[in-house]
Amino acid sequence: MNQFLKDRETQIVTKGKQSAEIACEKKSLAGSVSQRACVFCGSRVVLYPIADALHVIHGPVGCASYTWDIRGALSSGPQLHRLSFTTDLKEKDVVFGGEKKLYHALSELIDKHQPKAAFVFSTCIIGVIGDDVEAVCRQVTREKGIDVIPVMSEGFNGTKKDGYKIACGALSRLVGTDDSYKPSKYSINILGDFNLAGELWILAEYYKKLGVELVSCMTGDGRVEQIRRAHKATLNVVQCSGSMVHLAKEMEEKYGIPFMKVSYFGIEDMSDALYEVARFFKDEEMMQNARELVREEISQLLPALQPYRQKLEGKKAAIYVGGAFKAISLVKALRLLGMKTVVVGSQTGNADDYKLLKELCDDGTIIVDDSNPNELSEFVKLTGANLFIGGVKERPIAHKLGLGFCDHNHERKEALAGYVGMMNFAKEVYASVTSPVWKFINSPT
Amino acid sequence: MKNTNGNTILNSPPLEGRGAAVLNSSPLGRSGGAVSTQNACKLCSPLGASVAYKGFEGCVPLIHGSQGCATYIRRYLISHYKEPIDIASSNFTEDSTIFGGDRNFKIAAQNIINQYKPQIIGISTTCLSETIGDDITLFLHELKSEDFDGNVEFVVASTPSYQGTHIDGFHEAVAAVVRKFAKKGNTGNHINLFPGFISTEDIRLLKEIVADFGIETAILPDYSESLDNPVWDTYKRIPEGGTTMEEVERSGSAKASIEFGTVLNLGKLSGRVKNQNLTKTAAQYLEKEMDVPLVRLPMPIGITQTDRFFEELEKLTGKKTTEKYTKQRGRLVDAYVDAHKYVFGKKAVVYGEEDFVVGMCAFLDEIGIEIVLAASGGESGLLEKEILKHCPENGEKITVREGFDFESIREWSITNKPDILVGHSKGYYIARELEIPIVRVGFPIHDRIGGQRIKHLGYAGTQELFDKIVNTLIEYKQDSSPVGYKYM
Repeated sequence: MNQFLKDRETQIVTKGKQSAEIACEKKSLAGSVSQRACVFCGSRVVLYPIADALHVIHGPVGCASYTWDIRGALSSGPQLHRLSFTTDLKEKDVVFGGEKKLYHALSELIDKHQPKAAFVFSTCIIGVIGDDVEAVCRQVTREKGIDVIPVMSEGFNGTKKDGYKIACGALSRLVGTDDSYKPSKYSINILGDFNLAGELWILAEYYKKLGVELVSCMTGDGRVEQIRRAHKATLNVVQCSGSMVHLAKEMEEKYGIPFMKVSYFGIEDMSDALYEVARFFKDEEMMQNARELVREEISQLLPALQPYRQKLEGKKAAIYVGGAFKAISLVKALRLLGMKTVVVGSQTGNADDYKLLKELCDDGTIIVDDSNPNELSEFVKLTGANLFIGGVKERPIAHKLGLGFCDHNHERKEALAGYVGMMNFAKEVYASVTSPVWKFINSPT
Repeated sequence: MKNTNGNTILNSPPLEGRGAAVLNSSPLGRSGGAVSTQNACKLCSPLGASVAYKGFEGCVPLIHGSQGCATYIRRYLISHYKEPIDIASSNFTEDSTIFGGDRNFKIAAQNIINQYKPQIIGISTTCLSETIGDDITLFLHELKSEDFDGNVEFVVASTPSYQGTHIDGFHEAVAAVVRKFAKKGNTGNHINLFPGFISTEDIRLLKEIVADFGIETAILPDYSESLDNPVWDTYKRIPEGGTTMEEVERSGSAKASIEFGTVLNLGKLSGRVKNQNLTKTAAQYLEKEMDVPLVRLPMPIGITQTDRFFEELEKLTGKKTTEKYTKQRGRLVDAYVDAHKYVFGKKAVVYGEEDFVVGMCAFLDEIGIEIVLAASGGESGLLEKEILKHCPENGEKITVREGFDFESIREWSITNKPDILVGHSKGYYIARELEIPIVRVGFPIHDRIGGQRIKHLGYAGTQELFDKIVNTLIEYKQDSSPVGYKYM
């Protein structure tokens, strides 16, 4: 693999060949065309689904334009999060400061949209030009009587992961501000589900069947009011650990709420999540409910998956997604469909994630952190993958090479969580791998 | 503050208090006089520059800023073109922001060379790099005097996102390439065509037209291949295609330049305090510095504007338009006649980048559609004048708005009830709310397949566009009919 950038070598390992641990959590290499985004992106995606909050992007126009209605994060009520608000700073503002413009923008937008809270995202130049965003937020908070929370997410100030942390900080300013709520005996918060394609609603239904109350979800179908009282829940159940574990840890310290990490993707992980929660509450009836739910779902799902499995057995998949936790679940889910993972990587995985991936994967699987189009296309060729699972930026790489592709990014329209999600996943993989169009790829023209 | 060319760009006296400039930068037309931009109808300049750079052979764009700039722009472009689009980033860190981005810039340049072996690295600056005062020209100078490994040309476009829109970035990058490589010489028989930001299919249409006229033409930039590739056997780090270096060099000795667009980057530009001398287009530069005559035309959408384009080609080549095109034109006129009733008096809202809006309005005006609102996120100060000039039928009735955003377009449309929206896919939500049809044209088309293959230009492009608009209106009427029907 000598065609790759030398400084990237430690971030690529092949299971069974190299025993060294993969290097990760590094800044992307300049000029490498990383698939990652920036600090702002990390903060923006995490807070985005809060549907009754105003999300104002303070800076020149680009960051707001590129993130307008960007996630498939559904809301059962308000749709305010799907609009794009920005101070749209011009050269004059950069020179003379953007504080006044921010103040006027916030005031008019709050009057117009009556949000329950506002998040103000600082983009790259805000710190440089010296705007006191905190002060403006404090003033507007006083005047309008809602929380106006600065999110200091200047793009250059770390990686996307640092952006997650900053978003968690913003959320924790809301958590604990409503003490009046009394939840039932068994109550949880879901952290790290973003209700993409309505996935939260699937999960909420499962938890309801177990007899567990959902106090809040951060941030899928999120509401400010629910986040305020999240500290009243007994347990935090954390998915997509990369983005929300900071908040879970903080809530553990501050409010003594323990947390557990789960995944809702694939039969095994979904079932484990339900059992773990039931085990936590040490309630026999709840465990019984969980067993029944799992039995019922699986008894329908497994036979339904069988025809797909027959067609997919032995096919090879490459995975490159944002969070490594998602990748781990995908490896297992693909295995259930009889498929082998030959390449797996993530933008933001940590050492533990990669250790787990290495244990899980077969010998010869290439494991990679913070990859780029050159590497990914090379890996696909080396391994002869039949399917690529990734996000928007990976899709054309796969398609250009004549390879099936499944979208596992935040703009997808099909729910992949839960048992119904597993079924959707199987259908999509099947459609991607067995479509007749691939026969034209290598035929002489 | 200095830009990359080292010129001081500010000379306005400071106003009282921080942010006093806010009152000047609120565009007049925006609904409710809003200070904030809600659902912007524009993108930032590095995006336009990156598209333009993709149209030069062997060029890899490099955005000198945070990682997110490159990634967001890639994602935005990929969602339209459905192609791998590699744009490198110098990936600013906190250190680069404080101490300057030179180190990261140099590492980026070296890594791009090692990975891509490009002929050109096309650099766009960002709001961040310009605000901290990074001087790329100096970096390049240092880079070449250091232990630098690689045979590559660098082009720099100054594209901070607080100046203008993506269209300014586009023209800035084309001009930067031409300024760098064009060579003055004995006037040849070839011409330059600067088409502006058009679809890849439009570029192919233009190539066919000039080929049929038998005139050697350099299209600058030509991303018809590099942003619209066939399927590949092996991954191409730099997709094939693009205006060649030789073509750019010879642009300085061309017989003439044809430039589409009358707004270009010539206006006052939103909030720009920049020295106007720097903002001229590539074709203007060639005219001034290398005596290449410039013919400037609105985008050739519709018969009137396409006729003008063909007349210019006839003049330049001394040849008559061939039967292929007179027949195309004839069929288009025939279609106008067959369908005139279905479009006459229909009220359209047109939005997008300014030159595109001018061209589209000229076309809609000539078929009897009443444009009720022509809006753009751009703020050239030229839009109204240009629209009036090119819409002789109903031009005076058109409400023209610069610096508009989609929220303002939405509110305006709710009050004024248009029959149809004509513009890119971001207006869909308004059409949905108003329960009126939208015809998707221009960039971006994020919610459909084939946005890059939409035809707009020439007789052939107009024909497709016309059929689409007519049929959209017919379909809407048919769907809304209580009985449905089998004949129009």
